[in-house]
Amino acid sequence: MSLPLSATAPRSSARRVLPGFRLTLGYTLVYLSLIVLIPTAAVFLRTMELSFGQFIDVISAPRLVASYRLSFGASLLAAAINAVFGLLLAWSLVRYSFPGKKLVDALVDLPFALPTAVAGISLATLYAKNGWLGRIFEGALGIKIAYTPLGVLVALVFIGLPFVVRTLQPILEDLDSELEEAAASLGANRWQTFRHVVLPVLTPALLTGFALAFARAVGEYGSVIFIAGNIPRVSEITPLMIITRLEQFDYTGATALAVVMLVFSFVMLLAINALQSWTARRTGRTL
Amino acid sequence: MTALAATALSATRFERNTATRENPLIKWSIVGISLAFFILFVLMPLFAVFGEALRRGFGPYFAAIIAPDALAALKLTLTTAVIAVPLNLVFGVAAAWLIAKFDFRGKQLLVTLIDLPFSVSPVIVGLMFVLLFGANGWFGHWLAAHNVKIIFALPGMLLATIFVTFPFIARELIPLMQAQGREEEEAAVVLGANGWQVFWHVTLPNIKWGVVYGVILANARAMGEFGAVSVVSGKLRGQTTTLPLQVEILYNEYNFAAAFAVASLLALLALVTLAVKTWIEHRADAAYDTSELGMEAPAALEATAPRTAPISTK
Repeated sequence: MSLPLSATAPRSSARRVLPGFRLTLGYTLVYLSLIVLIPTAAVFLRTMELSFGQFIDVISAPRLVASYRLSFGASLLAAAINAVFGLLLAWSLVRYSFPGKKLVDALVDLPFALPTAVAGISLATLYAKNGWLGRIFEGALGIKIAYTPLGVLVALVFIGLPFVVRTLQPILEDLDSELEEAAASLGANRWQTFRHVVLPVLTPALLTGFALAFARAVGEYGSVIFIAGNIPRVSEITPLMIITRLEQFDYTGATALAVVMLVFSFVMLLAINALQSWTARRTGRTL
Repeated sequence: MTALAATALSATRFERNTATRENPLIKWSIVGISLAFFILFVLMPLFAVFGEALRRGFGPYFAAIIAPDALAALKLTLTTAVIAVPLNLVFGVAAAWLIAKFDFRGKQLLVTLIDLPFSVSPVIVGLMFVLLFGANGWFGHWLAAHNVKIIFALPGMLLATIFVTFPFIARELIPLMQAQGREEEEAAVVLGANGWQVFWHVTLPNIKWGVVYGVILANARAMGEFGAVSVVSGKLRGQTTTLPLQVEILYNEYNFAAAFAVASLLALLALVTLAVKTWIEHRADAAYDTSELGMEAPAALEATAPRTAPISTK
């Protein structure tokens, strides 16, 4: 055996120096397969029982199409709202000092940490007709939020906020002030500097945060169902339709819907990976 | 110098630089809009939980918490977390060791697959296990013949919980151990340490805060999971209801005060989780700042604990 640390040793030499390659590889693969891969494969294999035509028929029922429109539409809108306000919040947290900043910074993650069922009943109660916020919106302004598609939007905004803020924050912190100094010395005003110097650096991270919030929102269940009211063709989200199918023992229907959502998730996962490597290239930082 | 240090406490470095400073009107508009949004979407839902829970005073609040069904739900929630989190901890350490310490083909694919559970809707997670172990599932007949109950029982709820918390600890430890490299472990091996000694005395001290960080995040999700567990639980009162499911049952029975009382326990868990998370991040920042003042900044120190990592994005 050659000296494992010598400069000429092949890359695989580390495998010989440190123990545990076979043990950890075997354990990781078995555990991953049992918990994640086999259950995921079960969904796809179960759908194989349907012909392609049947599959299309199942997933294009009008009530389901209405749920796709709501789930994807509300999720896109919620992610867009979060992209705007999440950018402002991340900017405030990084650039400015203000009272309570540390507390705000810590609590930005609350939507991740708070169990979705708790968020769900809380939002439903807040925005119900006699709730703290419902009284203002419904009573004073005449905008009904709870038990409408707007309620779905509110829940999805809640759940998506940390994704945008936490993706942007490290990028903003690393931003070199020299770029902005150069822009200022060349006569640019703050808005021009932001628009032409800062924003282009932030764009990949902003899109990543948007995509993460969007992907999470489409699959979200617990925080949405209480405030949505679940009126057929009006405020039913797609994950709820899977539950409904299951409760009717329509396993094939539930599974076909799950395949649609899983394929969407995988596409989003690829898109997010691509966006993250774009962010890394643009900022020289790995997410 | 003193004046500079004093302003450093109140203003960020961007506010001290004329090139990166906005006028106060713009600054306070941006801060104001951000805070209004934050209060509306984050603080109000949090306050509402405690407000509704205590609406009728402390007496009914405590009565709702020590109700037999609530206590049974608490016990089941703790049981699930106590089993699911250690299993994922062992996996997380094994996977991080594999990925950080060795080079092999398909590593990137493996990392992507470990992340997979983050992108699956909780409802679909529940469905997966119903398809495998439910009455009409692949193993349904065999399980029924041997009188084994997985769906609508603890094992199914455990599987669903393990699935949704699967990546948390691995995701914290992989970048941490990658940043620390292999030299220290290789030196220990060359000096004659065996695998377990290397792990206990060299690797573990370096990653312990990352482990704590991953464990508290995985624990919060394990105790709070709703969608996936709801599909496989069957919601038998006092038997297969965890705290989040108990919240739903009480809420759907219009027993709002009790629902929010139980929910407040989960909200407290979330707050404690965030407090510990923030504390670990500050520790890491402090360690990083000292290293900047002194000698060369070791890359590993910067990665002692992750900074502002979203709970479920990475």
